[in-house]
Amino acid sequence: MEAFLDTFFNGAVLARYAPSILQGVWVTVLLSVLIVISGIAGGSALACLRAYRIRLLSVLIVIYADIFRALPPLVLILLVFFGLPNIGILLSSFTVLYLILTLVLAAFAEEIVWAGITAVPKGQWEASRSTGLGFTQTLIWVVLPQAVRIVIPPLTNRAIAITKMTALGMVIGVPDILGQATTAQSFSANASPLMLAAIAYVFLFLPLVIFSRWLETRFAAPGV
Amino acid sequence: MEAIVTQFFNIEIMVKALPLVLQGFGITLLICVVVIPLGLVGGLLAALASVSQNRALRWSAIAFVDLFRAVPPLVLLIFIYAGLPFAGLSLSPFAAVAIGFFLNNSAYFAEIFRAGLLSVHKGQTEAARSTGLTQTQALIHVVLPQATRNVLPDLMSNVVEVIKLTSLASVVSLGEMLHAAGLVRSLTYNASPLVLAAVIYLVMLWPVVRLISRFERRIAS
Amino acid sequence: MTQAAQGAVAPPTLTVRGLRKSFGAEEVLKGIDLTIARSELVFVLGPSGSGKSTMLRCCNRLEEPDAGEITLEGDPVTGPKVDLNRLRLRMGMVFQAFNLYPHLSALSNVTLALRKVRRLPRAKAEALGLAALDRVGLKAKAGSYPAQLSGGQQQRVAIARALALEPSVMLFDEPTSALDPELVGDVLAVMQDMKAQGMTMLVVSHEMKFARDAADRVIFMDAGRIVEEGSPEQIFEAPQHERTETFLARFSGRG
Ligand SMILES: Nc1ncnc2c1ncn2[C@@H]1O[C@H](COP(=O)(O)OP(=O)(O)OP(=O)(O)O)[C@@H](O)[C@H]1O
Ligand SMILES: [Mg+2]
Repeated sequence: MEAFLDTFFNGAVLARYAPSILQGVWVTVLLSVLIVISGIAGGSALACLRAYRIRLLSVLIVIYADIFRALPPLVLILLVFFGLPNIGILLSSFTVLYLILTLVLAAFAEEIVWAGITAVPKGQWEASRSTGLGFTQTLIWVVLPQAVRIVIPPLTNRAIAITKMTALGMVIGVPDILGQATTAQSFSANASPLMLAAIAYVFLFLPLVIFSRWLETRFAAPGV
Repeated sequence: MEAIVTQFFNIEIMVKALPLVLQGFGITLLICVVVIPLGLVGGLLAALASVSQNRALRWSAIAFVDLFRAVPPLVLLIFIYAGLPFAGLSLSPFAAVAIGFFLNNSAYFAEIFRAGLLSVHKGQTEAARSTGLTQTQALIHVVLPQATRNVLPDLMSNVVEVIKLTSLASVVSLGEMLHAAGLVRSLTYNASPLVLAAVIYLVMLWPVVRLISRFERRIAS
Repeated sequence: MTQAAQGAVAPPTLTVRGLRKSFGAEEVLKGIDLTIARSELVFVLGPSGSGKSTMLRCCNRLEEPDAGEITLEGDPVTGPKVDLNRLRLRMGMVFQAFNLYPHLSALSNVTLALRKVRRLPRAKAEALGLAALDRVGLKAKAGSYPAQLSGGQQQRVAIARALALEPSVMLFDEPTSALDPELVGDVLAVMQDMKAQGMTMLVVSHEMKFARDAADRVIFMDAGRIVEEGSPEQIFEAPQHERTETFLARFSGRG
């Protein structure tokens, strides 16, 4: 038992590295918030563009969404982080991680929001257009408010899954929770920093996971 | 423009990298073959526990699922691979990957199976029981087939996620495809091997992603 | 408001000339000609698939006609330079499935177009909305959401949604077909009341009694054409066409 505590909850090690891991928490939180905001906004905007059914534009959006849903994010991160400097584009590891995960979340969000838009019955469009609302007005005032209800639970789940991927930043040296913890671990030769990191993630994400579970029951249509 | 071609789409380097990358691809497939069935079985069991009548069982299943949905898979993997040795428990990269993914995938598959089980109307079990089937028989022959069918797109899309997740194994030096490609990249200082790996992932997963989108649309309409 | 008002003779409210529409290879409308005078109630009958809905939906271009000309109070509805949304303010439509917006209260359903298309301030829009709900007898339900209303109430809110825009003509596509029998009367009463107030109406329906009581003219459609038209008495008592006769015979049992 003592050996266990010494390995995973070593007081001295924890005290020494807690501040840097706390800094990592801020990096993780900041990244997550930025990714969620820009990813969901971007994906929703693309889904709305797709609603106009402009052939070429829709095809491009689908190709983009498919590629970023089919490729492992880590492949994209390494590709951009190690590839771009070779053609003279230097981005910080933070920027690379932010960009890639935003693009990935936007791709998923686009598909989810598009599914929500198409799930709104045709009669809603017709009723609205018959009273003189234009296409864009109908989209904004009639269709999107209804799509939002359908879309919130899957979008929340996806947003959580992708913000958790900020941990991948450790591979390219982003000083997020995991990045700080692995550095600390290699200096301290002790597993306590990793334990602390795991606890930090649970502390951050468990409430969100429970929240998403609540959302699902809240938005589940009765009788379906 | 030319720089982009030589740095990202350098055929010469891709050809050189191909044998190693393909060897890595073999290991990627091997991981999938081990990890996907494990996750499906673990997930199904956890899902059954999460809808059971037994309160303690139900809540421990839900706690398990939520805990492992909250921890990023890479954190779990590094904890197992690099943390546990300090407690005297050294695992091979493959074992670490198998265990880490088992825990993570089970949680996600469990959530999907659970939704499937809840989507099957109670009347189905009652009808089956009324014809003399046991609870287990009703589950296996009546409820599970419907539950699985109802969540098939979600199951498929999670399988895609698992396959993508195998790229994390590169971080613990398991020589799967991304690790192999990364190795050649670091030797050649050229990103083309990574593009090669990306293309292979794409060829493998794009058709599935398309199929899932079709599926989901059909269910929505 | 219309060019016609300045002219000596007011043009008909709605005219349809040579209207054609195909879906794929199937020609659904094969040349429809129709004129509806101000305050007239024209009732459209016909077997399923004869093109009644399609004709109605072409009138406000929810369906794009392949050929033909439509005018509203002398103003062109068809043609490339038409401001369709402005024009649709002047043509109310009521659907079989109500199509109320489920995320908005009854009042907001009614005021949406007033605010977004006519750009009235909220207070003004709500006053007009409440007045429209009052006309269909549902002022008290202004705050209710569609899911909290019966089918008949929903359809009356849908009528109020169209009425609030003070349209020149109202298009009804089987407004009572989706309703339980005991709720049909309320909706028909509202329509009868609109007729009494002088609204111009084009009604596709199977409510024969309503046609006898309220219609000025009955049109029988079959296979994309107007087969026969006349007063309710003419059509119901002495149909000229065999197809009209067989069609009506199927309904006579139901009163
Ligand atoms: N959007 C569409 N795409 C293809 N075919 C259509 C479409 N809308 C209508 N049709 C076809 O056009 C024909 C006429 O349809 P319409 O709805 O106008 O008939 P209707 O007289 O209103 O019939 P009902 O009494 O059943 O409502 C039918 O054969 C129908 O299948
Ligand atoms: Mg019809």
